[in-house]
Amino acid sequence: MNLVEYKKKKIICTNCPLGCKINLIYTDADEVEIIEAQGNTCKRGLEFAKQEITDPVRVVVTSVKVEDGEIPMTSVRSDKPVPLRLMEEIMDVIREIKVNAPVVKGDIIVENILNTGANIISTRTVNSRDSKSKEQKKLKENYDG
Amino acid sequence: MRYETDVTVIGAGGAGMAAALSAHRNGADVILIEREEESGGVLNQCIHNGFGLHYYRKDLTGPEFKETLEEELATTNVKVLEGTFVLDVSKDKKITFVNSKGIHEVKTKALVMTTGARERHFNSLGIPGDRVSGIFTAGVAQKYINLQNLKPANSALIVGSGDIGLIMARRLHLEGIEVKGVVEILPYPGGLERNVQQCLRDYNIPLYLSHSVTRVEGKNRLDKVYVSQIDEAGRIVPNSERVFNVDALITSVGLIPSVKPVEFVRTGPGFITTNTNQTTADWIFAAGNCTVIFDLVDYVAREGEKAGKYAALYAKNEYVPEERITIKKGKNINIIHPSYIDPNESTKLYVRVSKVFQRAEITVEPLGIEIIEEEARPSEMIEIHIKSFKEKRIKEIEVSAHELG
Repeated sequence: MNLVEYKKKKIICTNCPLGCKINLIYTDADEVEIIEAQGNTCKRGLEFAKQEITDPVRVVVTSVKVEDGEIPMTSVRSDKPVPLRLMEEIMDVIREIKVNAPVVKGDIIVENILNTGANIISTRTVNSRDSKSKEQKKLKENYDG
Repeated sequence: MRYETDVTVIGAGGAGMAAALSAHRNGADVILIEREEESGGVLNQCIHNGFGLHYYRKDLTGPEFKETLEEELATTNVKVLEGTFVLDVSKDKKITFVNSKGIHEVKTKALVMTTGARERHFNSLGIPGDRVSGIFTAGVAQKYINLQNLKPANSALIVGSGDIGLIMARRLHLEGIEVKGVVEILPYPGGLERNVQQCLRDYNIPLYLSHSVTRVEGKNRLDKVYVSQIDEAGRIVPNSERVFNVDALITSVGLIPSVKPVEFVRTGPGFITTNTNQTTADWIFAAGNCTVIFDLVDYVAREGEKAGKYAALYAKNEYVPEERITIKKGKNINIIHPSYIDPNESTKLYVRVSKVFQRAEITVEPLGIEIIEEEARPSEMIEIHIKSFKEKRIKEIEVSAHELG
């Protein structure tokens, strides 16, 4: 008799837009162990599948308010995936944050958010309101001729 | 002001920036025209990740993808004209545009159209009811939330399960707007499978497949949306009606290629092109969503890069195609791009099947290409590589799909 229960699950890998459908047979008696996996086209899919049945993780993508910027927001992301179960809490933290312009792509907005080891970083550049007009003027001059 | 240039690119989104860069790298003088104040097109508001995995081998957000292209452009002498609107493209290769400095004309040797697509609007769906505020396309809601810091609703229903609709379901949910569901008329989702997982299932947002919005109701502002199940013949299933009390309806019901202001080349509905991105006017090239709607910006940028290259070669008289072979849609094929092949050059063929397959075999005849695609669906674009070939007798190529079971 088989003492360990074999479980089946179909997992959609969200690592990349291919979205491989991975059919898993696994056990989770003590530790999660993958017995069989079919459908992943790369190694990352297997790691993803294991993570997905243990504790799913996702990259956070949202935006943060910017004071005195050419636009009122900058977009941000986590520099590595964070546990999905913490997503709402992380959003609550990020929602309260304001930064001052200028913001440059890659700037750290929140360090080690909720002790996940992930930083929230800016994914775009937001110039301050004054420098934008100066810069535009300069650009426009270049376009003459 | 009068300008002269080798290559003009209209539209500085993912396709246009890639086209301008590659035309420059192939030795052309390039002018890139953008009507918004900022280049990037829809990438600016697509703040989610998943871009660039093919093109840059990195997982980027839309703004990061755009800034990467922008940084490359800054090292070139490509003239980028932002806040500039093209009024006319004439058959004698003159382009008239307007900006804060007035009306200008540029005489160009080649043109690349990278004008993207527009969202299909709610009014084109023919849904009866009150004409109220609170009905937005997904792209407009996305712009409000991601760029303008506006909250467009308190509770929402989404109609259409295309990728933008799915992404917006998650976005609205995470911004504290109650998303009561996504309604899809077809029996399968319109967007990528990964987005169904990470945008809907992750947050327990219901997906109503084979359902349709039948009526909208409200006084000034939307208040109720009526939804019914649809049977296989497309009829409303009696007694299946649900009522959603929401103050917003977000539509994600398809994109329409934007081809204006070029009106003298073949379209259907996007620009009809060859594998070298040439339209039916040999000096006009086109790439990205103004030709056919792509799944990924990676494909769009790659197509832009190719269009820029051939436009630059054409401007130098180094690219003159001798023949064009027609590619035909065979059985079970919904979309095929490009429509013609110059056999001296290799081809990336983009295919959408017309129904859901368990295991599809896709054939390209008479070239003898066969590929197997597990769980092929109309919403996921299939890519087929065709090498250049010298077989003179081939006049027509047909792509078909059939079930292997």
